[in-house]
Amino acid sequence: MPFITSADADKNTYDVIVVGSGAGGGQTAYTLTMDGARVLMLEAGRRYDPASETPMMQNNSEAPLRGSGSPEKPFGFWDATIDGGWNVPGEPYTSASDDPARQFQWWRARMLGGRTNHWGRISLRNGIYDFKPHTRDGLGFDWPMDYADLAPYYDKVEMLIGVYGGDDDMENTPRSPNGVLLPPPKPRVSDLLVKQRAARVGVPVIPMHRAVMTTRLDHNRLPKLLHPGNEKAQAILAADMQKRSACIWATPCGRGCSIRANYQSTTVHLPPALDTGNLDIVTDAMVRAVTTRKDGKAEGVIYIDRKTGAEHRVKARVVVLAASALESVRILLNSGIANSSGKVGKYIMDTVGAGIGGQIPLLENMPLHNEDGADFGHMYTPWWLYKEQLAGKLGFARGYHFEFGGGRRMPDMGTASGLEWLNGGTYGRKFKQDARRYFGSFVYFSGRGEMIPNEDSYAELDPKVKDRFGIPVLRFHWKWSPHELGQAAHMQKAAAEIIEAMGGKTSSQPQPGEKAIKQGGVIIHEVGGAMMGNDPKKSVTNSYGQCWDVKNLFITDGATLCSNADKNPTLTIMALAWRASDHMLGLMKKKEL
Amino acid sequence: MDRRTTLKWMFAAAATVPALRVHGYTAEPLARDVAANQAGYGTDPKLMQEWKPGGPWPLTLGVQARLTTAALCDLIIPADDVSPAASSVGVVDFIDEWISAPYPQQRGDREIILPGLEWLGTESQQRFGKAFVALDEQQKSAIADDICAPARAKPEFARAAKFFSRFRDLTAGGFYTTPVGMKDIGYTGNVPLDKFDGPPIEALKKAGLA
Repeated sequence: MPFITSADADKNTYDVIVVGSGAGGGQTAYTLTMDGARVLMLEAGRRYDPASETPMMQNNSEAPLRGSGSPEKPFGFWDATIDGGWNVPGEPYTSASDDPARQFQWWRARMLGGRTNHWGRISLRNGIYDFKPHTRDGLGFDWPMDYADLAPYYDKVEMLIGVYGGDDDMENTPRSPNGVLLPPPKPRVSDLLVKQRAARVGVPVIPMHRAVMTTRLDHNRLPKLLHPGNEKAQAILAADMQKRSACIWATPCGRGCSIRANYQSTTVHLPPALDTGNLDIVTDAMVRAVTTRKDGKAEGVIYIDRKTGAEHRVKARVVVLAASALESVRILLNSGIANSSGKVGKYIMDTVGAGIGGQIPLLENMPLHNEDGADFGHMYTPWWLYKEQLAGKLGFARGYHFEFGGGRRMPDMGTASGLEWLNGGTYGRKFKQDARRYFGSFVYFSGRGEMIPNEDSYAELDPKVKDRFGIPVLRFHWKWSPHELGQAAHMQKAAAEIIEAMGGKTSSQPQPGEKAIKQGGVIIHEVGGAMMGNDPKKSVTNSYGQCWDVKNLFITDGATLCSNADKNPTLTIMALAWRASDHMLGLMKKKEL
Repeated sequence: MDRRTTLKWMFAAAATVPALRVHGYTAEPLARDVAANQAGYGTDPKLMQEWKPGGPWPLTLGVQARLTTAALCDLIIPADDVSPAASSVGVVDFIDEWISAPYPQQRGDREIILPGLEWLGTESQQRFGKAFVALDEQQKSAIADDICAPARAKPEFARAAKFFSRFRDLTAGGFYTTPVGMKDIGYTGNVPLDKFDGPPIEALKKAGLA
């Protein structure tokens, strides 16, 4: 009975309570249960079944508003997100400033699997520099580990979830060992044109890494590598891998995937974890606080049943917070524990985002062919100006990468709209001809850069405001530094140069950083707030996400990240969660927890 | 009263009673109001059920306004030898759904589209003494030519040009998202494949990549 009620959970005993079911919680529950630990997972949102709830193959004319986003479904009607967005009814957060540039927008999802159901699946490893940024340029914080410490876990996560990518080995952009990645999808015409023309302005283009299965996973080889000596785990995983299909090259990944060809916690982590018989899940369980025993150790958690409003208490030997970086911060602050350093809520980060698009005459009127591919990027541009930056030529620290896209993709409300800047404004037969001519001839470059943690970006409890459960909410403080603003301006300028090198023109002019940069939180890469470190006075956890003050309390979401490299954080969160869980298992076996 | 005085009087009356917007010379409301408390589809709509315009919230355009919408859609996307006209694949229902929706963006568009339809009715009467739907193609084009290109539009047509741009975008989105529109514009995806072959050699050649 893996999905259980609160009443059942109250009766049972568990080794570990995991709060949250997304990338961090999913990986933690997977690793623990595959090795025999009894786990209770608490998820604030509802149960969600991708197999029966994913809109595969529906086109946009079958959705209200042709599938456009709305405040109730910000990423579009078909998007997988349930009860989520930058505003969740009844669950507010506040900003200390009225200035939009000083505000943080907090994205949440209230569903099993959390944000993993809809994310972009971009899965880039942090590089060697990314673990020692302070040593390199004097800014931010070093991690209490090196790339070599996490590399084996990157390997494991990539083999488990299925990640496509190339074998390029570039500065601070590590390659994966042979046999770990799946082959990258063939480039689209626009990818190859970007690659050809970007090279002329000195910008590299290589295969993207994304958690989408371009081929099926090798169920004979991989389970043995992932769970050496654990035959039960191998058998469970081998069976589950055979239930996952490879990509069918249709249906946007943001809808989720009923055939389990991409990674979401609900299709990859939770099924085998449930098959062990060691995982119980209570959904609609909104955790308020961690409870403690007299000796200061964690006893369990208090949660509120979202449907009944009733309060429940559950206990375990170990408590793991993986509720999303800022929700975990909120739980810690509301618990009043693990904060002798005073660092809980400090140094919250998002990714620097800015972009620009253009139209490319060379891509007009292409011979008809299917360009859906694996939906998002087949190729990308890793940060390439390390040497120039080291020589002080750029005026800002840290790098960014470009995600880009083009080609004839499933029509939506943006299709053939706003063509006036190209054709002046037409109607009738001429308009239909223009629509055909321009469809698929646009490219868009999204820069995604590294934000350096700063003293002015943090979360605290709002002294007055509570959510509908009566739980105090977070109040955000936010400020970009000149480094982030410099990156944002550079992104638009560099992308405009590539578009021009493609013979195209941009649809807008590059802007100064303050105008180009997306608002904090909009890229939905929230990390930090409970940073790991070597010094209990300056950090909240050790490198295993184990709280210095509460030895049986762990954090396995993005809260512990010491920096937010331009590499999208989800893969790193999973690698850290696996490593932390291995450590937890070791301590439990030694009876130290 | 002469025609101009009648019009002035009717517009003044309409301005004080929003639900009674006049459409050309008829007293039929252009559209019913969207209820202030109209709910959307919610944060957890059932994705696997069938969704049609009028399902999540009521449509509001009046009969005359729908006819005007159809005529304007079809002026923007008429039938040609590739595909049929916009109104034949449900674009009127879609535009009605859009401007009747309870969300901020759509409420904003409603404030562009309804006055625009009203303007179109008045302009047609003033120029040709007929409703827009009764105009011949040449007459419709005479009006459209004045408002189809925002950058070229004379100052007195600036608002109407803004309306036309927005209406054109809605028509295009409504049309090209349908199976008929997707085929017309050259979208051949959304079909399950065993493998993804990438672009054919002709496409690479065309872009100078082979």
